[in-house]
Amino acid sequence: MRVNFTVNGRPQEADDVWEGESLLYVLRERLGLPGSKNACEQGECGSCTVRLDGVPVCSCLVAAGQVEGREVVTVEGLADYARQRSCGTGACGTSPDEARRWQAKGTDSGTGQSGAFPHATLSPIQQAFIDAGAVQCGFCTPGLLVAADEMLERNPNPTDADIREALSGNLCRCTGYEKIMDAVRLAAARQSEGV
Amino acid sequence: MDFLRPASWEEALAAKAEHPTAVPIAGGTDVMVEINFDHRRPEYLMDLGRIGELYEWEVGEDGVRLGASVPYTKIMENLRSELPGLALASHTVASPQIRNRGGVGGNLGTASPAGDAHPALLAAGAEVEAQSVRGSRRIPIDEFYTGVKRNALAPDELIRAVHIKKADGPQQYSKVGTRNAMVIAVCAFGLALHPETRTVRTGIGSAAPTPVRARAAEEFLNAALEEGGFWDNGKIITPSVAKQFADLCSAACNPIDDVRGTASYRRHAVGVMARRTLTWTWESYRGTRHASEGAA
Repeated sequence: MRVNFTVNGRPQEADDVWEGESLLYVLRERLGLPGSKNACEQGECGSCTVRLDGVPVCSCLVAAGQVEGREVVTVEGLADYARQRSCGTGACGTSPDEARRWQAKGTDSGTGQSGAFPHATLSPIQQAFIDAGAVQCGFCTPGLLVAADEMLERNPNPTDADIREALSGNLCRCTGYEKIMDAVRLAAARQSEGV
Repeated sequence: MDFLRPASWEEALAAKAEHPTAVPIAGGTDVMVEINFDHRRPEYLMDLGRIGELYEWEVGEDGVRLGASVPYTKIMENLRSELPGLALASHTVASPQIRNRGGVGGNLGTASPAGDAHPALLAAGAEVEAQSVRGSRRIPIDEFYTGVKRNALAPDELIRAVHIKKADGPQQYSKVGTRNAMVIAVCAFGLALHPETRTVRTGIGSAAPTPVRARAAEEFLNAALEEGGFWDNGKIITPSVAKQFADLCSAACNPIDDVRGTASYRRHAVGVMARRTLTWTWESYRGTRHASEGAA
């Protein structure tokens, strides 16, 4: 079957999709977006976390046919998504003209990477993960980034308990989570300072 | 495999009548696991995600009509005062990602003895609204679970909603697992005080082939509370009554040994949860009775 949906702001069409196929498989194998990771395939690990119509979900548990006409944001689109969000609220310090120019570039640039990294810059949460040393093997990182970014959007001043709760569906076997906690605290602090 | 995409509830019922083997999928948190692991290859997969009314709830005079696909996240956010037991149970479901997708309709459809919603539904009192092209019926929750992962639905029926009584007293929910998130219950326990009818209802999960109520324990406690005038005098429940209640709840279990725990551990833990939830709910009841005195 054919599935039409929007990924990171761009219309996508996936063909010859098997009816039992997951959104994760479509993203990785058909659309060339391998950022969302395939680990447990049963919703235990959170490494395939994406946003479906804004809501964080495990893409391994969404049937491809269920996303027809819907909007998906993956880790590849996180920087753009975060930038649009902060520009939308006028907090990014970018002039409307600049923002418009940037958007136009984003939708047109044929990087050949099928929507991956149209810009070299990172979202604040990605930068915070790097700065705090929250990435070791990196396999869980995309899911954690998507989940953490969504929490900071909802809850700009999270307590440690809020962070743990929001990330409770994402497993990391390297870091022991402390650096991840540091990274999210750092991103929250920078966000509230308007950095 | 065929992917059915009904645009309306009527279309879904017609499709289910035409293809009784069709597997409904909403949040997908059970169905997709089975498909991903090749445990199931349904002939038809029927997406209910386009049927808006399944994601809505109505709060009435006495109860809540909860659409089958209302995600656990929404129950936690919006129905905590009407359905405190179910809201607590919802919070123990897996992770935020899963709670954003899964709902009570799927829990009932799967009818796993470990489903987190079941003890809360049993304790609160609920009816499952099942519909087919033949019509609609309401199945009392006590009659809904018929075996391990079996329920009372006919092959052409779909779950439209669950009708749950609004809380008329304190409710509690307790679950045993190795951590707070992403845990399939080793066992779980729901308790609801119903001061209006002066009754207590229970629900036990993961400790029998189906979710069950501890009826003998309920009857014992109802009689003990009545006899001692507890509902009126608001006294502390005596340890001997609490212990007898806990023992009867343990006795209502018919558990198995499995990777998550042994049968004897489950029996023991259900007793502990029964005693604790009774204490919590009763203290809360006393607190509301003597609001000015606080929970002494």
